[in-house]
Formats: sequence, structure tokens, C-alpha cells
Amino acid sequence: MKLKLLTLACLLTGSAAFAAETGPKDVSYDDYGAIEESLTGVAGDAESGAIIVGEKSKGNCVACHEVTALADIPFHGEVGPMLDGAGDRWTEAELRGLVANAKMTFEGTVMPAFYKDDGYIRPGDAYTGKAPSAPLTSILTAQEIEDVVAFLATLKEE
Amino acid sequence: MNMKAMTAIAAFLALPIAAVAGPDDDNLVINDELDMISVTDAPEHVENFDKIYSGWHFRTDETQALQIDDFDNPAMIFVDQASDLFETVDGAAGESCASCHDGVESFQGLQASMPKVDSESGKLVVMEDLINKCRTDRMEAEPWKWSGGDMQAMVALLGLQSRGMPMNVSIDGPAAPYWEQGKEMYYTRYGQLELSCANCHEDNWGNMIRADHLSQGMINGFPTYRLKQAKLISRHNRFRGCIRDTRAETFAEGSDEFRALELYVASRGNGLSVETPAVRQ
Repeated sequence: MKLKLLTLACLLTGSAAFAAETGPKDVSYDDYGAIEESLTGVAGDAESGAIIVGEKSKGNCVACHEVTALADIPFHGEVGPMLDGAGDRWTEAELRGLVANAKMTFEGTVMPAFYKDDGYIRPGDAYTGKAPSAPLTSILTAQEIEDVVAFLATLKEE
Repeated sequence: MNMKAMTAIAAFLALPIAAVAGPDDDNLVINDELDMISVTDAPEHVENFDKIYSGWHFRTDETQALQIDDFDNPAMIFVDQASDLFETVDGAAGESCASCHDGVESFQGLQASMPKVDSESGKLVVMEDLINKCRTDRMEAEPWKWSGGDMQAMVALLGLQSRGMPMNVSIDGPAAPYWEQGKEMYYTRYGQLELSCANCHEDNWGNMIRADHLSQGMINGFPTYRLKQAKLISRHNRFRGCIRDTRAETFAEGSDEFRALELYVASRGNGLSVETPAVRQ
């Protein structure tokens, strides 16, 4: 009985969190590409964000951006601007907009959108080269976006 | 050399790599005698480059060294195998390449003009098409798989006959519609990462993307021996890999789309020497 109740409680919490989440199609960007509202209502975890920024299978942000705070990860790219000081240059809302879909801030930017699930040309099933067999999901989840934003907000120049 | 020293220093200081942007200024000379055009003025139809550079200029000294001496070039093993295949009878007609073609040297110049439009069919054809047409129509043999070992070895052998000659593919006349199709593909932002060929190879050549030094994406050295894969890699296989890596549904090797893209990309390298078979990372 106890176990059943616990499961039920988990399900309820789970669905409550889901209801509060803003899906990729429902995000509202302001005129400058910023997103004021948190996508989940749950504060981002900067430590988790740091992992997502460095992890090849996650955000892989360091493929294009150099970040001194993650200097122990080898091979940072130079396609995008350095992320040091990003927390000074941008507000949290602006960072959220940039990570979710930077094209709303910088039209035509090379940077991929990490919180978008439609509007692509020949999207594939991740990196298989094949057509997708299920509806597309965004590259990062809503909470992962919040975590990355929380990490970026910590990047301040001394 | 710069690049390597920087890597060593960066690794030592445990700093992210602040790589040296751009191509190096080494000279590409093969076997101490064949001067290659590896940098030249961009052709008029390439709008956003002043100079075009062979991918060789973006590789490490170690990788570069493998291409400048045929005894060190790992692709030459496969070229030798193709020389044997050239003489080998295959198929119901009892013929080899050599039965009709007066030595492989007779292919000199062909690669520099490929792909081209076949005057009979009006279709754009690449080297693999010519080889398989001979195999099926004249030799009555089975066609080879596009990126198979035999096929790419033969493509490399035939391409090698033009090594050093400047690429000079036609882009007008009957080739024009194919060229336009290829150009449109080059600038299309495919996949969930929404990346076009141009995003990396035109807007960001010379920059590092993770551990990769982005080149201008020239194909004058294909088929290329890729150290990562330890074999000859076809042009279409590389296209396929690039588009796959944008999280896209890619096109098939040997598809008309990739033939058109091959023409367009080859034309961006008009003026660079044929380097077949090149060696890359």
C-alpha cells in the first residue's frame, strides 16, 4: 500500500512539474529575443549547467565557445564569442533567449537553437543521418536550458 | 608548426586552446618535384573568398608530411591495388579496363574537369558513374558499391593521373542547372542544428570547432585517405557525414543531390591542383 501511495505521489508531482513547463512552441520571446519567464519555474542548477555546456552529447557549447571556467575540458572552439563575462554582458532573460534560440536575438546567427522542436529543413533522428521516426524533441530540455542559463550567469569578470 | 607549439603550450598551462586562426603558409610539393597550387585567387563565381586554400594547409605537420612523399602516403597501397584491378578481367564480356583503355595515363586531365554533363544523356556524371558504366555496359560486370574499396581505389587511381593539374570544372551551358542546384544546397541550413556547408566552410574557415580546424571544404584531394577511418573516403561519403552531423536526414551516396553538390563544391576549388589522393586527419 505504501509503495502504491508513493508511486501516486510521484506521478502527481511529476505531472505538476510538467504542467508548469513551457514547451518549445509556447515560449514567448520579447522584441529583443529575451525570455523573461523561467521555462520550468524551478531555479537552474549552475553545476549541472556547467556539465551540459562541456558535454559533447548535451549542449557541447565549448565546441564553438571558449570558457575559462571549464579550462579542464580540452579543445574549446572559436566559432562563437568567448563566454567569460557572459553573466555581466547579459541579463538572465537575455541568456535564456540566447540559449533557447539565439536567432531571435541575432538574426541568421550560426548558433543552433537548443529549445525548438519544429521548423527545420530535413531534420534527422539525432546523429544517425536517418529521418526521424518519432516527433522531434528540442536538443536540451526546459530544465537543462535553465541549468545552462544559471551557469552562464555565474560567468562574471573579476 | 605554430599550431603544434601552441597546442603543447596550451596543454602545459591547462588552458583552453587559443588556436592560431587560418591556414599555415607551408608549400605543398610532392616527392620533392611536383609543385602544387594549394593557394590561389578565388574563381569569380565564388563570392565570399579572396583566396582559396587546399585543406592540406589546415592540417598538422605530421598529417601534411604523409602527403608529400608517395612512399609515406597510405593511400598509395590502394592506388597500387587499383592498378592491378585495371588489368584484371571481370564480367561476362571477358574484358578489363586495359582491354579498351590505352594505359591508365590516358586518363590524364579527366579528374580536373569532373563532374561534367554527359553529352548523350544530358545528366551530370561523376567519376564513379563513368567507372560503373564501363563495368556494366562494356565489361558486363557487377557495378561497384559507391564507397567500396575497389571503387574508391579506382577513383583515386584515375584522379592521380591529373595530380598537379588545376581543377577546372565547367559551370555554364548544360552544367548550369546542376551547378545552381548544388549552390542552393551549399547555402541551405539543414538539420536540427540548422547548419549549411557555408556556415562552417565559408563563414568560419580557419576557426577551431572543438578539436577540428575548419578548412574551406575543398574536394580537390578526394578520394582522401582519412587517418580517422584508415581508408579512402569518397566525396559523397564526406558530404553524407557532414550533413548527418547537422542532425539532419542526409542524402544518399550516389544521389543526384550529391552529384550536384559535388559539381558546385568542385567549382569552388577551380584553380587548385588536383591532389588526389590527399591525406587528412
